[in-house]
Amino acid sequence: MQIVFTVNGKSVQVDVEPRLTLADCLRHKLGLTGTHVGCEQGVCGACTVILNGSAVRGCLVLAVQAEGADVRTVEGLSDGTTLSPLQAAFRKHHALQCGFCTPGMLMTAQALLETEPDADEARIREVISDNLCRCTGYLDIVEAIVEARAAYQDSRDERAG
Amino acid sequence: MKLPQFEYAMPSTIEEAIALLAAHRGEARPIAGGQSLIPILAFRLAGPSLLVDLRKLPGLDRISISREGVTLGAKVRWCDIEAHRQLGAAHPLLAAAVACVAHYQVRNRGTVGGSLAHADPAAELPGIAMTCDAEIAITGPAGSRTMKAVDFFLAPLMTALAPDELIVELRLPPWPGARRWAFEEFARQRGAFALAGIALFYDEQNGVANNAHIGVIGASSRLHRLAAAEAALNGRTVNDDVIVEVAGESAREVDPVDELDVSADYRRALVRALVQRGLQAASTRARDT
Repeated sequence: MQIVFTVNGKSVQVDVEPRLTLADCLRHKLGLTGTHVGCEQGVCGACTVILNGSAVRGCLVLAVQAEGADVRTVEGLSDGTTLSPLQAAFRKHHALQCGFCTPGMLMTAQALLETEPDADEARIREVISDNLCRCTGYLDIVEAIVEARAAYQDSRDERAG
Repeated sequence: MKLPQFEYAMPSTIEEAIALLAAHRGEARPIAGGQSLIPILAFRLAGPSLLVDLRKLPGLDRISISREGVTLGAKVRWCDIEAHRQLGAAHPLLAAAVACVAHYQVRNRGTVGGSLAHADPAAELPGIAMTCDAEIAITGPAGSRTMKAVDFFLAPLMTALAPDELIVELRLPPWPGARRWAFEEFARQRGAFALAGIALFYDEQNGVANNAHIGVIGASSRLHRLAAAEAALNGRTVNDDVIVEVAGESAREVDPVDELDVSADYRRALVRALVQRGLQAASTRARDT
C-alpha cells in the first residue's frame, strides 16, 4: 500500500505491506535507523517515536496506521550538529552507556516535556519506567531530564509571553 | 517476531466496518489502538486475514457524564480518561483503575473497546465493568444490543462478541457521590499486569454498609465478584474486625491461578491483603457529602 506521512517535518511516500510496523518502516524503508527495535512486543520502549505529538511505541503501530500523521524520530531532535537541550543534558550527565535504549528515552522525555514541562521527578520516573535500560541504573537519565526541563519551561513562557 | 501477513482496510462508517467483518466470516479482526492486538499478532497467537482499522469511524470517542452514569465510547483512550477533568469526581473508581493501566506510550493509544474485546483477566477495565454492573453496547449486522458485563466476559481472552460485531460503548451505572470505594492492585513492575487486583465499593446507610461489590482481577483466570465476601460486608458497620473478616472471606472465596512462579496460595494472600487495604482506604477516605 502507498502511504504518505510526515517524518521530522518532511513529507514521505512509501510502499508498505500492511504488516510492517512503523518502527520497521522508519528503519528499512526510510533508512532512519536511529529508532531502535528491541522486543517487538511493546515491552522495552526502545522504538518510541512521537506520533501526532504523543509518544508511542513504534512496534505497536502499523505503518499504514500512520498514514497522514506527523511522525518525529530521534533524527529530528538536533539542529544540524547542535544538540537539543535534552540531548545536551544526556551528554552532560552521562545518561547513556551502550546507547541502545537512548533514542526511546529521548523521544519519551521529549514528548513528556513538551506536554508537561513542569513534570516533577516522580512523574519523570513514572513515565520512563516503561523504557528499559540495562546499563545506567536510570539515575543519570532522570538527572538529565530534570535539568533539561528548564529549556522547555522557557520555550513555553516565550510562547505565552 | 515480525507480524504475520494480513490485508488492511480502513472503512469510514460503522456499517462498512461491520460488512467487512461479516464478509470475512471470523477471519477479520477490528483494530483500534492495537496495543493488545499487535503483540498478539507478534506472538502469532492470532492470524487474521484482514485487519479492519476503526480510526476513521465517527462518534466512538466520546466520554459523557449524566444522571444515567458515565459512558465511554469504544475509541476513548486511556490518556483521554486521564485528561478528563470531571471523570475523577464522576467515577473515582474508574479513574483510579485506569491510572494503573499499562505505561505512558501504551496509554496514548490503547482504547476502552480494545481492552474489553481483548478480555485479559488481569486487565483493569473489564474488572471495573464487572464490578460496577456495567453494560456494553454492541452493534452488528442484525442491529444493536446491550449486554451486561457478567454475560459478556466468557473466559480468558474470550467474550460473547461475535466476529462481525463491534463494541460501541461502555455504560457505567450512576455513581453516588458518597459511595465508599477502593482500587488496589499488586504488580511486580509499574505498569505490568497485576498478579492480583481488587475493585470494591459499598454504600453506607445509618452507619452500615450495603450494596457491597467486590471484584477481582489478575488473581483468577476468570473475572469474578466475591459474593460471600460481599454478603459478609453488607449490613455491617465497617470497622477493623469486619475488614479482617471480609478480607479472610475474600481469600477463601477467590479462585486463584496456580503458576510455577506465582502460587495459588500467594495469590490468596495477595487478595486478602488488597481487600484489607482497600476497605481500610474506603472506610477512612474523606468524602464530599
